[in-house]
Amino acid sequence: MFEIAVIGAGPGGLSAAARCAELDVEHVLLESSPKIANTIQKYQKGKHVMAEPGILPLRSPIEFDAGKRETILGNWETGIKTVGVNIQYGAEVKAISGSQGHFVISLVNGEEVLARHVILGIGLQGNPRQMGVPGEQSEVVQYTLDDPGEYKDESIAIIGAGDAAIENAIALAANNKVYIVNRKDEFARAKEGNLNLIMAAIDAGTIECYYSSSPAGVEVLEGGDFPANLQLKTATGDAVVPLHRIIARLGAIPPRKLVESFGIEFPSEDQNAIPALTSQYESNVAGIYVIGALGGYPLIKQAMNQGYEVVEYILGHDVKPADNDLLASKFNGLPYELEVDGVLALMQERIPVFADVNALQFRELMLDSSVSMPAKGDVIFKQHDYTNTFFTILEGTVEIEVNPTLRITANAGGFFGEMSLMSGRRRSATVYAGPQCIVIETPRRSMIKLISSVAAVKRVLDETFIVRTIQQKFAPDTPIEELQPIAARAKMHQFQPKETIFKEGDEADTLHFIRNGSVTVSIEIDGRDVVMSYVPANTPIGEMALLGNTTRSATVKAAVKTETISLDKESFSLLLERSAGLKERLQAMVKDRHEQNVALQSNSESSDLMSFLMGQGLGEATDVLLIDENICVGCDLCESACAATHEGTSRLNRKAGPTFAHIHVPTSCRHCEDPSCMKDCPPDAIQRGGLGGEVFIGDNCIGCGNCERNCPYGVIQMAYKTEAPSSYWSWMLFGLGQKPGRGKAAVVGESSFKQAVKCDMCKDQSGGPSCVRACPTGAAMRLSPEDFVDLVNVVR
Amino acid sequence: MHISFLNHANGRYFWVAIALVGASIVAYLLQEPHQTPNGGTWLGYTLGTMGALLILWLIYLGRRKRNFAAGWGTVRGWVSAHVYLGTSLLVVATLHTGFQFGINVHTLAYVLMCVVIVSGLFGVWAYRTYPEARNELKRSQTLDDIFLQLEDIDGQLKRDVSALAADIRGVVSSAIDRTEIGGGMYAQLAGVDSSKVMIDGNVYPNTDQVRAVAWLVERLSVAEGSETGKLSAVVRSYGARQKLLQVIRTDIRFQALQEAWLYLHVPLSIALLAALLTHIVSVFIYW
Repeated sequence: MFEIAVIGAGPGGLSAAARCAELDVEHVLLESSPKIANTIQKYQKGKHVMAEPGILPLRSPIEFDAGKRETILGNWETGIKTVGVNIQYGAEVKAISGSQGHFVISLVNGEEVLARHVILGIGLQGNPRQMGVPGEQSEVVQYTLDDPGEYKDESIAIIGAGDAAIENAIALAANNKVYIVNRKDEFARAKEGNLNLIMAAIDAGTIECYYSSSPAGVEVLEGGDFPANLQLKTATGDAVVPLHRIIARLGAIPPRKLVESFGIEFPSEDQNAIPALTSQYESNVAGIYVIGALGGYPLIKQAMNQGYEVVEYILGHDVKPADNDLLASKFNGLPYELEVDGVLALMQERIPVFADVNALQFRELMLDSSVSMPAKGDVIFKQHDYTNTFFTILEGTVEIEVNPTLRITANAGGFFGEMSLMSGRRRSATVYAGPQCIVIETPRRSMIKLISSVAAVKRVLDETFIVRTIQQKFAPDTPIEELQPIAARAKMHQFQPKETIFKEGDEADTLHFIRNGSVTVSIEIDGRDVVMSYVPANTPIGEMALLGNTTRSATVKAAVKTETISLDKESFSLLLERSAGLKERLQAMVKDRHEQNVALQSNSESSDLMSFLMGQGLGEATDVLLIDENICVGCDLCESACAATHEGTSRLNRKAGPTFAHIHVPTSCRHCEDPSCMKDCPPDAIQRGGLGGEVFIGDNCIGCGNCERNCPYGVIQMAYKTEAPSSYWSWMLFGLGQKPGRGKAAVVGESSFKQAVKCDMCKDQSGGPSCVRACPTGAAMRLSPEDFVDLVNVVR
Repeated sequence: MHISFLNHANGRYFWVAIALVGASIVAYLLQEPHQTPNGGTWLGYTLGTMGALLILWLIYLGRRKRNFAAGWGTVRGWVSAHVYLGTSLLVVATLHTGFQFGINVHTLAYVLMCVVIVSGLFGVWAYRTYPEARNELKRSQTLDDIFLQLEDIDGQLKRDVSALAADIRGVVSSAIDRTEIGGGMYAQLAGVDSSKVMIDGNVYPNTDQVRAVAWLVERLSVAEGSETGKLSAVVRSYGARQKLLQVIRTDIRFQALQEAWLYLHVPLSIALLAALLTHIVSVFIYW
């Protein structure tokens, strides 16, 4: 019977086991793969691994610092040997039964391991599905592909028909002979873009596809031209393919199911949900502890610190978490005579929205947040700012100025800023600090994570959002209390892209308010949907028909994933009654919209162009680069300007991207309202700017490539930093150095690594976006979707 | 919404240029009547200095458009000013000459300047004409897209004729192999097509694929049995190929025309700079 069994030899597990060894605690470290740190082993050779967050000190018996993958893995291997960690490789856990003091861990190989406590550090990657045939573990078989450029002139078989398999096959086909083995007779699971690519490659003969085929075995050969044979069962009989390499891309088994089978509960079905843990990392199953990415901490250093701390906690030692000093300095200057834990407890007690958050999550939230004490009258944020952080009030009050005539006071325990947090749009009000005010500012990413894992937080925010929206948009002079009954009847809706919200000719019974996303308004002409206009978030729709008590005059569809709040007819009438002047204001809005509609209706080409722009996903854009092909001379100064002002790499590709009529959408960031790239950035390096709303990547990017993969528009690249360009005059007069913005400048430093780069809207350039400023003819323009109506009406 | 260099800032530099030209003409007409108009009068000097400074500034556009970090205005604005003020130079410099021309370095500088300006005016016209014409020609596709389509059709044709008689195979594959696109500057500008085709062991010119199409059509008329259907499919594909080649060739020609003027405009600007320096220096030395 071990005192502690650690499952998973990643950074957290290694650190935990090493601490056990250091303290002479009887332990075992179970690792399913044949090597330590499976995820990091899969990084490409020589990859630079960062040690974010830089401010957090490391607390672990084994070494870790930013550096090459090989150095880090080497250090860890020596580290666990030195302290004497008891590690078992190839020990894949199948089940855990028993309870604290007597857990039985069953392994896939049939063995059982007994332990009093269990530490789970299995990460989020899951184990890749194996081929399930003889030879699946041989040297020629791999389950990942980091850099397709590494392989040349090889014969390679890709097993699988998903997006990963197709992407690998296409990339490898450039320099290799590639076979793809598909169990079915078509590529049903692939994204449309990948489907087109693979079908074209198969038609052109650059990739050979075995349809309705599955692998039967891998035979390793000695000598000869090919190191292995892949045996296949095909629809027409057996086949043997001689190969250099087999890459199986059959997906991964997500760890959540396995973890749930141990009895550990997740608070919601949301795929980002993390198990509820105590401040000592203990799960709802007493004696099972969760650390690292599985517990919501994706960074190596955090996981290692937790590995150390969790062992101390299990042994009953009272250690302060490694982040204690960081929090202490954050709380420094607050008027409380309390330790860090005391301040945290006080905050949770005073601020109801955080009451249901568990202590560990709240601690993490405060690490990301900042606490400030603005003087009375200071502006906390301004209306139309592009910030989207969330504020809670610890002490004092703040004044929210919705418009010059309406100021709302929010008291201690309350919150503000949730509108922009939810919609991703600009601030809808200006907020001033009141007397003796202390506010906590939490970044959007941390709040979104919290909302997806704590249902109570989501509920409170939603309710407040609805009532404040109603007040701001419809009834600014009506007190919140009077609006509460109306808000209680409001409903929230979610629409997928292209889903219909209501149809032309339907009876008008509700008003929708777009909370986030955006919609298109279309009417049917000659049996064809003709798009009339685009409506962004924070706007009501459907009020036209409600006011006139008629049927819907147009069809409204979600342009992107959209959330709306709906009010029924009765609530709407009640609002009209309670709020003086609302009817007149809405009527004025309706008039504007009618005028817009008439302008568009007369021109079907404009409408087609609008549909095209929406089809390019520009409905979720906030600022997009478009090129008028009728005046573009193809000089590429836009790209040169971008490269010259951004460390040698152009963040836009002028030629790529589709064109309709003569409006071209180059591959360049459109600064989405709710950016997909920001969703999974471990060091939180992707930020949204305050004034222009630009989405940009900070210097603390660790080069993981998540954002590149998550961006649906392919506008993020991984690039090395290059040296400053040479002088213009030496190039011009003597041909020395590189052509401005074009030539290849040298990579900075030996140890440099690729970081994610994308358009930052030239936030550091004094004159604004350099692509537009460098365009000699005026073809390049930057627009926000609200300007599209003007654009399509001018372009004929 | 959509502003080109010609209507930048509501044509601000157009009006500046008009004012400059107007003021120069008025000053020229009002100058003392007993003095023969020439470069040496006070007005001659003023116009000459202004013209020389303008020329230097106009040439500086080559630097400004590559100075991507510059915060001073947009390149569109600079181009707008370059076009209008550059054109106004025709009047300013002509008045500076006082209509005294001869076979000397002074007139050489003037002539070079005129050629540079006229080539620039052609450039303005080309920039306003060809991008739109090319976009319409290619129906909003890129040239690369069309080359890919051509590649597809060529592959398709080669596969289709592989099952047909040797004479058809020979003509189609030789026509594909001997198709020429682009070429030297003259070939691009004039749209010269020196494609060839081999028929019965003889090589014939195949401009615009006419010869190959004619042969195929004639061959189709004598085809029999299953060959007829297959060959008529080949003829259809070949027609599509001919159209694609026309689009490609026209686009390349338009692109060449769109850019050709620069090969005159830029080197002659440098020559003008040299001639201008000589003109100024010699005027002061031999005065």
